[in-house]
Amino acid sequence: MKRNGAETVLAMMEENGVSVLFGYPGAATVPIYDKLDQFSIRHILVRSEQSAAHMASGWARRSGKPGVCLATSGPGATNLITGIATAYMDSVPLIAITGQVDSKLIGKDAFQEIDITGATIPLCKHNYLVQDVSSLPQIINDAFYIASTGRPGPVLIDIPVDILNAVWEFTMPPKEINIRGYKPADKGHELQIKRAMTLLSEAKRPLVLAGGGIVSSRAFAEFREFTKRFRLPIISTLMGIGAIETTHPLYYGMLGSHGKKAANYALDEADLIFVLGSRIADRSVSGPRILSSRTNLIHIDIDPAEIGKNTVAKIPLVGNIKTILGQILALSPELGLSYPDTSSWLAELDSKRSEKTLQPREGAYVNPIYCLQELSKAAHGSGVFTTEVGQHQMWAANALSIEQPGGFISSGGFGTMGYGLPAAIGAKLASPEDTVICIAGDGSFQMNLAELASMCQCGADIKIVLFNNGCLGMIREIQKKRCKGHYVEVSLEGSPDYCKLAGAYGIQSRRVERDRDVPGAVREMLGCRGPYLLEVMTDPSQSSI
Amino acid sequence: MNKHVLSVLVENKPGVLSKVVGLFSRRGFNIDSLAVGVTQSPDVSRITIVVSGDEQLVEQISKQLNKLVDVIKIRTFLESDCVNRELILIKMKAGKSVRQEVIQLATIFRANIIDVSASTLTIELTGDSDKINAFLQMMGSYGVAEIARGGTLSLERGAHSL
Repeated sequence: MKRNGAETVLAMMEENGVSVLFGYPGAATVPIYDKLDQFSIRHILVRSEQSAAHMASGWARRSGKPGVCLATSGPGATNLITGIATAYMDSVPLIAITGQVDSKLIGKDAFQEIDITGATIPLCKHNYLVQDVSSLPQIINDAFYIASTGRPGPVLIDIPVDILNAVWEFTMPPKEINIRGYKPADKGHELQIKRAMTLLSEAKRPLVLAGGGIVSSRAFAEFREFTKRFRLPIISTLMGIGAIETTHPLYYGMLGSHGKKAANYALDEADLIFVLGSRIADRSVSGPRILSSRTNLIHIDIDPAEIGKNTVAKIPLVGNIKTILGQILALSPELGLSYPDTSSWLAELDSKRSEKTLQPREGAYVNPIYCLQELSKAAHGSGVFTTEVGQHQMWAANALSIEQPGGFISSGGFGTMGYGLPAAIGAKLASPEDTVICIAGDGSFQMNLAELASMCQCGADIKIVLFNNGCLGMIREIQKKRCKGHYVEVSLEGSPDYCKLAGAYGIQSRRVERDRDVPGAVREMLGCRGPYLLEVMTDPSQSSI
Repeated sequence: MNKHVLSVLVENKPGVLSKVVGLFSRRGFNIDSLAVGVTQSPDVSRITIVVSGDEQLVEQISKQLNKLVDVIKIRTFLESDCVNRELILIKMKAGKSVRQEVIQLATIFRANIIDVSASTLTIELTGDSDKINAFLQMMGSYGVAEIARGGTLSLERGAHSL
């Protein structure tokens, strides 16, 4: 069968189960758009390529399968970079396809030419510059395999326009993938697992630190059973929120500089910590080497380079968390060990819990914590939440009830403002039955608010809760603490009337200025059909903690 | 701080070296020296990297390199544990029957035999690429076990310098 490069790309996407593609056309990708209607792939037109990558990321995090974005050469490709880096830092499976100038013009500084494979080396799991149309099918299969296995991550494929136009006799490559330099781990070493369980049997105050690896390996059931069987208290990183419902009695919240008191207390007092799929990064643990010198760490991660990078593990365990937890569950009864009774340890941690159900207060401004509690109540556990980056992100991480597995989608590692809205659109398209709610601040929201149009165009029913304090709250907070209140360039004066803006797009909206109006507004938002923007006026001096 | 040698087998494709070298700069690892050349398999290159640091650093570098899809295999050595020469190291499968011939050829090319085992001879040779190619051609008929070939080092003749 004769096919050109563009048809080959689309056929191989279909072959790899792609149903949605997020993109923006340009001269170098016109051949793909020309053939798009011949394939059963839905294209979502974004308003800026960065958002295409974020949408693909939201799609991937909700579906567990790689998200795909498409951009043209030059500025289209460079606009993707922030999105690709965001996915890389949070280990999100992503396929980024970029058009490139004619291969005969590469290196000649042609119009809209950029060395995007060179530029994305530090922020991709792998990338390709396609040099022959006949290599496309294998490259695309390999790319999907690399993006979605092992530690997931973005893979970029750069395709010159002449290769998209080149016609060849299409042949399907073999199904099995064999890349000699890429053999991801799956099963954990059995002896190490036995050593880990022996260590657990000797512990008095064991703890589980849940990282994003549990979510990306979709190990929800195994993780639930593991923590239940041994009655292990759980704390999580930002990326680990959603590994288990935040209302679970064994869950003590997010750790770290912006985390919960009980979680940080647990980290300080534990004598054994199972670290599951976490990098133990600087925002979670400020002194990871001190931690490992004081406590026994069992570090389980699919990426061997994460073990020993920030901390030293007593027992390193490399493999897929889902598989390893399965192995632990299968092995533990045979080992004949007796495991610690954690009752008094759990009671001690319960006494450190600081969450309170807030009551509405009188006075100007809405308390964001109260608003998020009311939102959680009204959502009845059905909400899937995305966030932007800033104070509202920390409020959301600590105050929301996340009951959907993997139902918290936020830019953790890279902290990309502007992530939440496009990620929400991607997540909604991946699972239309979910109530997808984007928690935003007025700073972040303005970074990619052009996507309100793509949201309307594709008919994604997103609820946006916009905390408006008229400033860059997180930076203001830092300037308050570190610069003695010397506030510089954090005022967002000149911003639009967000309800009017929503109206301009035909989006329903409401502004709340007092706590007492919150319960009604939240219910109205969740009850309405179609997108909705709830603007919540908050005090600029409200702290993120 | 010890010097360690990382011997890295990679896909012999465009862009692979920059992926390897880029990893060093972005992770803040320092390279003491670097040499790249094709191995006995034309689709595989060997990158020999010398770094200074403790075991932990070398382990982290090695693990990070292993994550690159184009990296096929890595071994790390203490520099003092291996022979280090510029330009070319060639390990011959040289059992009793051919050993003398190989030694004679090495002498003609003014090469040094630097390591011997029951079944192999390792030969060091410096020179221009023509001389090395000619030597490789001669050795080809005897059975080459492996080759590590460095990049050419150049300095301008005379008083003028860059």
